[in-house]
Amino acid sequence: MTILNTLENTSDKKQTNAKRRFDGSVGIVTPQLLRFEQHITLECNRTLKGFDLMVETYGTLNADKSNAILICHALSSNHHAAGFHSENDKKAGWWDNLIGPNKAIDTNQFYVVCLNNLGGCAGSTGPTCINPDNQKPYGPDFPMVTVRDWVNSQAMLADRLGIDCWYAVVGGSLGGMQAQQWAVDYPERLKHCVIIASTPKLTAQNIAFNEVARQSILSDPDFFAGRYLEKDTAPKRGLVLARMVGHLTYLTEDAMKQKFGRDLKSDKFMYGYDVEFQVESYLRYQGTRFSEHFDANTYLIMTKALDYFDPARDYHNDLQQAFAKAKDVRFLVVSFTTDWRFAPERSQDIVNALVKNNQSVSYINVEAPQGHDSFLFAIPRYLQTVKAFLAYDVHLTASPSSNLGGQA
Amino acid sequence: MRIDQQMAKRLIKPNTRVLDLGCGDGDMLAHLQKQYGITGYGIEIDPDKITTAVARGLNIIEQDLNDGLTQFDDGSFDTVIMAQALQAVNEPDKLLLDMLRVAKQAVITFPNFAHWRNRYYLGIKGRMPVSDVLPHQWYDTPNIHLCTFKDFNQLCRQHGIRIIKRYGVDNAQAGSLLTKHVPNLFAEVAIYQIEKR
Repeated sequence: MTILNTLENTSDKKQTNAKRRFDGSVGIVTPQLLRFEQHITLECNRTLKGFDLMVETYGTLNADKSNAILICHALSSNHHAAGFHSENDKKAGWWDNLIGPNKAIDTNQFYVVCLNNLGGCAGSTGPTCINPDNQKPYGPDFPMVTVRDWVNSQAMLADRLGIDCWYAVVGGSLGGMQAQQWAVDYPERLKHCVIIASTPKLTAQNIAFNEVARQSILSDPDFFAGRYLEKDTAPKRGLVLARMVGHLTYLTEDAMKQKFGRDLKSDKFMYGYDVEFQVESYLRYQGTRFSEHFDANTYLIMTKALDYFDPARDYHNDLQQAFAKAKDVRFLVVSFTTDWRFAPERSQDIVNALVKNNQSVSYINVEAPQGHDSFLFAIPRYLQTVKAFLAYDVHLTASPSSNLGGQA
Repeated sequence: MRIDQQMAKRLIKPNTRVLDLGCGDGDMLAHLQKQYGITGYGIEIDPDKITTAVARGLNIIEQDLNDGLTQFDDGSFDTVIMAQALQAVNEPDKLLLDMLRVAKQAVITFPNFAHWRNRYYLGIKGRMPVSDVLPHQWYDTPNIHLCTFKDFNQLCRQHGIRIIKRYGVDNAQAGSLLTKHVPNLFAEVAIYQIEKR
């Protein structure tokens, strides 16, 4: 790998440390902004006259473009799925546990593509961008985008990259919904579909949690009906609350008990409303950190996209029918035992629909204590199975490139 | 492949749909798929075995057989196979009927508890039998519902199940005259092909 070799040749101690840190990762990556001049009509019947997508890629596309894997991100993540943006970058991409050389999604073998979805706030066209119609930030005027809209825009990205058919579309949580939608809407454009910690539709409880999150933002006095950017402010308190309640649903009671118990920051009760219990401190920290880099309008849109997702709806509420056309797609469905946000039973709903269609599917329910967040962790069994599943018929496609580069 | 699996696979027609309960690392399913054009699913609960089977490109569904086969429609398979797992489930009789609901026929293998070596262990030595087929100690065995040829015959009679074929095998000498004619005493493993009457 060229980057690592370069680093190896320098005597700078800091860089040597960086090298060690980058070991096993794709190294330093640079996202690129792709402009699409085509119009895209969204499910809400509104049209964007052109849009930008922020994209990151890892590995090398082979000659017949048959080794490309699309990674779909979840609620709060973005295009930066693996590697580091600079030598001083403290944190690797959000799915660095899965994506990299010899990892489950092996960048020595596959060309991996991840993008910030439309409506996001990490570079792709979204509510924080300037609306060409009035030269002001879109804010609340940005159209509602759905999982299907994202998949349509991802298909346009595939066209741009010359990829007729993904080797695999992979996603966790909301990302898993996009993987499902790919199989429903573009069954001929993917060979494998990996659906992790996901669900074919939200339950009433899921929607209820999202509604609490939305109301936290909408009722913040700094929200200004979504036009907070024009007032040079942001509904941070609302976002903090939204993230706190969201974050709770990603964890489990056991994990929280183990991590915080009833531990206090100081030894005695203060009889006030400042942070006293460690768990309060943790939640506030998570919320605050999130509110500093995430856009409230994007959060609202993303939670609605979650709520609306229900591919069976267009097929007489029959999930089996929705998946029926994807008969040549091989599916892997993964759930985690302690995930109560999208419980294993929801993954099993997907599996059962596929089985009834005689479709190719494997399913694992991984024992893990991390709840919904499990899909982000390096849980050996989970990684091994994803790797085994993706590796099996890779030889059926053209030989992978020998180039081991890891740069966008 | 174990000898009971080798025998069992002869009872499955090429290019049919098969559900393999307790498929392990997919040895038999992979063989059936490759050599006989069989399609279908394996059900397994052991994480490592599932990973191995998935690496072979098989369709494996993680599930506890004690949860039944409710997600499968009636008659959705030609054959359900269950090799040496019947004795480890909570309600073998119910699972048996469920198998014959989702498929036209079932092929089942199980350790014969009335094999002479087991009788010797229990009758002469006064100890719980331990053998190649029953390798566990009494306190850590998953085999909670052991039975014999005669027991299984009776269960079939009670539930209106027709026995199409029945074999006895011995790990040392598959299909010897003794295992054929006096299976309850000489066969270590029983193989049944059954259907609903």
